[in-house]
Amino acid sequence: MNQSSFISGADGDDSLYPIAVLIDELRNEDVQLRLNSIKKLSTIALALGVERTRTELLPFLTDTIYDEDEVLLALAEQLGNFTMLVGGPEYVHCLLPPLESLATVEETVVRDKAVESLRKISQEHSPVDLEVHFEPLVKRLASGDWFTSRTSACGLFSVCYPRVSSTVKAEIRQHFRTLCSDDTPMVRRAAASKLGEFAKVLELDYVKSDIISLFTALASDEQDSVRLLAVEACVSIASLLPQEDLETLVMPTLRQAAEDKSWRVRYMVADKFSELQKAVGPEITKNDLVPAFQNLLKDCEAEVRSAAAKKIKEFCENLPEDSRETIIMTHILSCVKELVSDTSQHVKSALASVIMGLSTILGKDNTVEHLLPLFLAQLKDECPEVRLNIISNLDCVNEVIGIRQLSQSLLPAIVELAEDAKWRVRLAIIEYMPLLAGQLGVEFFDEKLNTLCMAWLIDHVYAIREAATCNLMKLVEKFGAEWAQNTIVPKVLGMANDPNYLHRMTTLFCINSLSEACGQDITTKHMLPVVLKMSNDQVANVRFNVAKSLQKIGPVLDSNALQTEVKPVLEKLATDTDMDVKYFAQEAIRVLALA
Amino acid sequence: MLFNLPVFIHLYERLNSRNDGRCRTSNPIHYVFQTDQSPSSLEPNRASRRAMSSAATTPPSVDKVDGFSRKSVRKAKQKRSQSSSQFRSQGKPIELTPLPLLKDVPAPEQPELFLKKLQQCCTVFDFMDTLSDLKMKEYKRSTLNELVDYVTVSRGYLTEQAYPEVVKMVSYNIFRTLPPSDSNEFDPEEDEPTLEASWPHLQLVYEFFIRFLESQEFQPSIAKKYIDQKFVLQLLELFDSEDPRERDYLKTVLHRIYGKFLGLRAFIRKQINNIFLRFVYETEHFNGVAELLEILGSIINGFALPLKAEHKQFLVKVLIPLHTVRSLSLFHAQLAYCIVQFLEKDPALTEPVIRGLLKFWPKTCSQKEVMYLGELEEILDVIEPTQFVKIQEPLFKQISRCVSSPHFQVAERALYYWNNEYIMSLIEENSSVILPIMFASLYRISKEHWNPAIVALVYNVLKAFMEMNSTLFDELTATYKSDRQREKKKEKEREELWKKLGDLELKRGLRSDGIIPT
Repeated sequence: MNQSSFISGADGDDSLYPIAVLIDELRNEDVQLRLNSIKKLSTIALALGVERTRTELLPFLTDTIYDEDEVLLALAEQLGNFTMLVGGPEYVHCLLPPLESLATVEETVVRDKAVESLRKISQEHSPVDLEVHFEPLVKRLASGDWFTSRTSACGLFSVCYPRVSSTVKAEIRQHFRTLCSDDTPMVRRAAASKLGEFAKVLELDYVKSDIISLFTALASDEQDSVRLLAVEACVSIASLLPQEDLETLVMPTLRQAAEDKSWRVRYMVADKFSELQKAVGPEITKNDLVPAFQNLLKDCEAEVRSAAAKKIKEFCENLPEDSRETIIMTHILSCVKELVSDTSQHVKSALASVIMGLSTILGKDNTVEHLLPLFLAQLKDECPEVRLNIISNLDCVNEVIGIRQLSQSLLPAIVELAEDAKWRVRLAIIEYMPLLAGQLGVEFFDEKLNTLCMAWLIDHVYAIREAATCNLMKLVEKFGAEWAQNTIVPKVLGMANDPNYLHRMTTLFCINSLSEACGQDITTKHMLPVVLKMSNDQVANVRFNVAKSLQKIGPVLDSNALQTEVKPVLEKLATDTDMDVKYFAQEAIRVLALA
Repeated sequence: MLFNLPVFIHLYERLNSRNDGRCRTSNPIHYVFQTDQSPSSLEPNRASRRAMSSAATTPPSVDKVDGFSRKSVRKAKQKRSQSSSQFRSQGKPIELTPLPLLKDVPAPEQPELFLKKLQQCCTVFDFMDTLSDLKMKEYKRSTLNELVDYVTVSRGYLTEQAYPEVVKMVSYNIFRTLPPSDSNEFDPEEDEPTLEASWPHLQLVYEFFIRFLESQEFQPSIAKKYIDQKFVLQLLELFDSEDPRERDYLKTVLHRIYGKFLGLRAFIRKQINNIFLRFVYETEHFNGVAELLEILGSIINGFALPLKAEHKQFLVKVLIPLHTVRSLSLFHAQLAYCIVQFLEKDPALTEPVIRGLLKFWPKTCSQKEVMYLGELEEILDVIEPTQFVKIQEPLFKQISRCVSSPHFQVAERALYYWNNEYIMSLIEENSSVILPIMFASLYRISKEHWNPAIVALVYNVLKAFMEMNSTLFDELTATYKSDRQREKKKEKEREELWKKLGDLELKRGLRSDGIIPT
């Protein structure tokens, strides 16, 4: 096969790859093979050349689309990148027929992908082609019988609207209006979810005349699943309108949504609160959103309360500076206080993850007087996640009031979490140790926390022991080698004589991670002898971990130690009776180049 | 994030398929709607209702404070219940003025008093606060009880003014936004359902409403002004209730309404369609699917022939895709019943149904595969030989794959088909087509499958085939090896082809400076 025959294949006469062979591949009985072929559709198109791709491959794909959704998904994705393969932008409209059928299938994932590809190739259409080919497709979809095509149409209006003539624009607006009052809720949901996007491409006058009425209608739909999507649209719409129109056009609907009888809608309002706040601006925030936010924080559903609680910090940060402190102190703080003793642990933990952030906003005095008691209460919460969230955000408070204020309460909380019955809780607190150590300082750490860190090394869960060794490494990086030599290394090495082989292995794991941080001197003088001694351990697992450890710490040692001390031991292990020991010893010899 | 918030499932967020699905069998109730007549033969399944309620009163609930322990370890301890998500300001205690008993007033005054009692019962109490309004709660309970008895035995009480009041009272009590599910991902098989806290009142309201609908004096022509599309829509939303007792009452209520209000029938079917489509393609979450399918089973049974296009579309575009849902096991029995009902009505639907099932055949979930095989057998039990011929090829290609499944339950379930006399007779008639499809798998399994029971079953199947068509069998045995070699050769050719194509792409890609997307 030479280059020229490829080209002749591409040109269409006596082709190298008859389309039948390729189509056979696309029709293979095995789904997996079919899927593979579709994923390489661009290769097939390439083999056929642009003309035959247009005249043979695409009609085949359009006509025979009935396959498993997975194959269709791959096809929909491929076609979005096909412009060059059909001959560039002037032919891009050939891709519309297969994508149109894909945009009508039931499976949402396939349909969404087809719409995504259609949106992509719409940009490659010239304005004329857009009106001649693309826009009629959108209309066909918008007036399809089955709901799926109408759903897909909703996503296509906004991409063609800006580039068509004003008559066509009027038609598009009309179609969108029709779909917003479709009698299947699925279509109304699709329209509602695209309302914001569509509003953005409309001229401001039409936003006011068309979009607002659609928005109001969708926001009072009989189905809460439609109403909640209108809340999302509210953010975009509000940011498009001039401030003076917001009060009359948007606020009545937003107020109603914040007090909707369905908790899902209220949840959505809470979830989008920061965006809404930015979109409506400081004045409306002060007058309307503050009371609405208070209500959401006191909502009867925990879901809504926790969504709102998560937004407390952001909400407060974005309040207008002149009245921020007053609003927080007079309106928000009392709600926060109530949430600290909420009945739902999820609400409390959502609060705990942001409450510390308030201290930077309120400053030292207010923090000490008002927030500190709340932090302390949450540190004593019965739910470990609440305590963890507080501890994980200590840095915010540290900046404002210093951690000393908290340390008396912190310690019991940490100790309790460190000994929690659930290993994941223990794991989480271990991960915060380096952070805590940095903030509490070395003295406090040595005095109160060091014992904990050592106790984790002999935890009965491997993941904890592993995390504990990693933690030691980070501590050494923080406090330095000298500190390590005095406080940690002796204890770690002491475990080498433990009757439990798991603890003996922990010594090795610690050495693996500490050697680099401790440096050559400590490693050679203190750690190496212990490792070498352990090569005589009666448990094979310990012995092969000795080999692994030697391999690991080898680079830290000088060549003299390697040759005179490490090499003989590894050579001995390489003749061990256990095959794993042998393997790892040989591996270490190879890596350290000791052979 | 360590723990996940039990945040409601976003509508647009599809959950990944998870392998679950032990089959929970329950018997669909079989009652029939005649298409164009008022169904007097409708019998509610009182027995099943009782069984449901008693099952539900055993202490349920889960302690989910611990997010870490595995589901199987979590044990139910205390009963948990939840009130409906009522969004209203609470505050001062509720006062109702006690009214005399209906039986204590003269008959002419009863209708008036009846209305007053209905109005009182519109007051809804907060049951999460177990201490508030105790006296009034008890008063409402006894009033509701009295109303239930009254509609059952009294005559002449149903004045035209009573209809709107009854519907209003029922609406005030039952229509509410359902509360969020307590667990992040409520798994109806593992998790105990959250029980409705206001059940002591709610149950009586439902009981009253059913008696009202069943009452001999009940006139649909008057009631249809109040029991309208909006009412039905709200009723359907309630099927998502986690409380199985409530769903059971709703089933009977909806059934009555479907039976008595001819004008609402098409609307009800359409809304059920929407619920199912949302369930399949958007949320994968709806608690009342089994109950709605149960009602549909009897609706389908009453369809007139020939079937309308609308009904066929419902079968192909809604019922078949319901098979793809992760929680299929919870409603599979009811779904399969509906499918078979359709096929018994119109055998010509067999082909699209079977092709649909083959299209959605589970790839990784063995339990679901077993359910599919079970349903397929039910379909084959009623299939007409002419229909069988139309789908035998794709069907037996799938069965051949199932038979060679490494999961022995799947293989076993498929091999059981050969114990079914009717299926056997169909296979025998078409052995010249089916045997070549099945042969390779059977031959291979007889030598390779890890499970001796499967090997034994396959051996019997092979023996049956040998007896059916010995010449073909011998031929296939003789050519088995060469066929495999031919397959291998073909496989190699494919690889070659793709390799060449790959080379081509590389060259082109280089030449055109990476215009070609990959």
